Amino acid sequence: MRLRLSWLYPRHMNIYGDRGNIIVLRERCAARGIELEVEELGPGDPLDPVRYDIYFLGGAQDREQRLVACDLVAQKGPALREAVEDGAVVLAVCGGYQLLGRFYRTAEGEELPGLGLFDAWTVHPGPGVRRFIGNVAVSWERGTLVGFENHGGRTYLGPGARPLGRVLAGYGNNGEDGGEGAVYRNAFGTYLHGPLLPKNPHLADHLISLAIARRYGEVPLPPLDDALAWSAHRRALRLARRRPILMRWARALGGALPWPRNR
Amino acid sequence: MDAAVLVAKGASLVLRRLGLGGGTALPGLLALRLDPGLVPRLAAGLGQGAVLVTGTNGKTTTARLLTGMARQAGLRTVANAAGSNLVRGIAAALCQAAGADGRLAEAPRRLGVFEVDEATLPEAVALLSPRVVVFLNLFRDQLDRYGEVDHVAVVWRRSLAALGSGASLVLNADDPAVASLAHAARGPVLFYGLAPGPHCLPAPEHAADARWCPSCAGELAYECVHYAHLGLWRCPECGLSRPTPQLEGFLGGRGLGLRLPDGDQRVLPLPMEGTYAAYDTMAAVGAALALGLPWSAMEQGVAAFGGAFGRQERLTVQGRQVQVVLAKNPAGLNQVLRTLCRKPPPLRLALFLNDGLADGRDVSWIWDVDFELLSGRVEWVVASGSRAEDLALRLHYARLGGELAVEPRPVAALRLAIGRTPPGGTLQVLPTYTALLRVREVLARWAGSRPFWEDGAL
Repeated sequence: MRLRLSWLYPRHMNIYGDRGNIIVLRERCAARGIELEVEELGPGDPLDPVRYDIYFLGGAQDREQRLVACDLVAQKGPALREAVEDGAVVLAVCGGYQLLGRFYRTAEGEELPGLGLFDAWTVHPGPGVRRFIGNVAVSWERGTLVGFENHGGRTYLGPGARPLGRVLAGYGNNGEDGGEGAVYRNAFGTYLHGPLLPKNPHLADHLISLAIARRYGEVPLPPLDDALAWSAHRRALRLARRRPILMRWARALGGALPWPRNR
Repeated sequence: MDAAVLVAKGASLVLRRLGLGGGTALPGLLALRLDPGLVPRLAAGLGQGAVLVTGTNGKTTTARLLTGMARQAGLRTVANAAGSNLVRGIAAALCQAAGADGRLAEAPRRLGVFEVDEATLPEAVALLSPRVVVFLNLFRDQLDRYGEVDHVAVVWRRSLAALGSGASLVLNADDPAVASLAHAARGPVLFYGLAPGPHCLPAPEHAADARWCPSCAGELAYECVHYAHLGLWRCPECGLSRPTPQLEGFLGGRGLGLRLPDGDQRVLPLPMEGTYAAYDTMAAVGAALALGLPWSAMEQGVAAFGGAFGRQERLTVQGRQVQVVLAKNPAGLNQVLRTLCRKPPPLRLALFLNDGLADGRDVSWIWDVDFELLSGRVEWVVASGSRAEDLALRLHYARLGGELAVEPRPVAALRLAIGRTPPGGTLQVLPTYTALLRVREVLARWAGSRPFWEDGAL
């Protein structure tokens, strides 16, 4: 069997370990005798809506996000939307997730258009406002998800999208409503990096299963030895739950902390 | 009598007596609480002024090299040599060097050489009014602390506006983010850079950050990549390109060939392995040139270099050779891995990944590291540290071959790794920053060598 993955804007959107998601999908496919072909698409490259089974978008700094926003909406948008309506799998992390919403208003108030695949929008409340940074744990329908979040933007969901899960520890979409991520058909958006898939093998396999089912019909995936992944998952879960105490401790240290306060 | 200085000295003495470490930060913190104006007051006694060294990788080594050169030129240095590079570390170093009366002896011959955390630069510039500022490179590192990489570049540019027009900048021409700082410079600028050679890579590494033109945001083209995104860069869209370095380095022969700004050709021994060692050496030479030190002092300073704390240190422990190399971000660790690839396999490795505040709480960066380079070269790896499981998982997916052991407790991991290394064999130890402190302490005890704060560089 063979699956094709399109990695969108890998040079612009690859902040902090995002390629770990690709490595994990490729290796977990290979372990089941499935060849995962990865093709990188940059700005200006045409997107063939029937060619790919899985699409991946990573995170980015505001500058790079601005560079790809126009290309995504104007050039690749219609094809990607068509593919999603046809059941293609999408994983979009952090900046990529924000771009798949309706718009992203940056810290400076500039409004970047989004694809509107998710009924969601993101607002950065301004450069002086605290970023959401830290370990995060989410309750998802197939188990817990763990990761690390680092985002200034706050994402809000409209009635046409549902959250990927409920925040157990951390901030998630906006730090207010307890939701994290968004799901529409087989498209998944999330703030969890870390990267996401290595420590969440159940989600990685779920994405692979959805992609296989669409192209080849239901084929059960043989289980793999995931002892390492689950021990890392458990460690991250403990760290995420410990964070409130850490934050209290950090605040007690007060002005002695090294990081810049205005971001 | 100077109360703040005495408190710092006292605290440092107590910490060392109690075996609580080198006392390189807390004493400075206490002294600053007593006297917030401590740093400029003591720094006024630096008759030769101060040099600041900043950048993601190479600060400690560069500052150490420059300190050695300055000493060979007959200067007395004040330095935060153990890598404590926030204002508190600078304060602690100044207190340590000052007398009980709060004055520096031999003030006319005193030079400050301080490595400065990337985000602390504006504060350090304001407090120390430096004579020379050295910028090494800008890579992704501790994004949970610094925010975005771009944010650091903005902070740097802003800090240059506060520099006097008499201050010199020493800039790495090969890093687009650093070279473009020249536009914000008000004083003299000295560029250093490396000439193309057989060590060059065909394209920027995966972890490269400054792929975009600092002026027009077009994608940069490279004639040659030395490592990460350092190289002979050029923007095909607006024509901006790597400035011609006045100080140019050549790798390939023995040591590091140098063409000095006056056209003289010289050769220096390389203090350590790896392309990054060449960059650190050029940066130190650039700063020494900006200070007007004689060539003989630079040569002797490099020759006398004993290695910086945890930067390619070699120890002998129970008959095994143990090499310790700090590895704290993708650009740095990739360089270390490339150096390891040149050693005869099979390799024995002990890797330590911590997620302390000083390491960055986010350990995602290990997925930007090209561990796959080591595939087929590894006999075994011990993964340790507070995020040992994350590290082991990364190594598992890198398909290194060889055995993989997970032992989160650092001392047990070191014992295991040394026990599995045959007598006479070599063990490579690669810790993150906070892990290095612990690993170095344990290994030094087992090897019977002096702890880092007694290295004599203060």
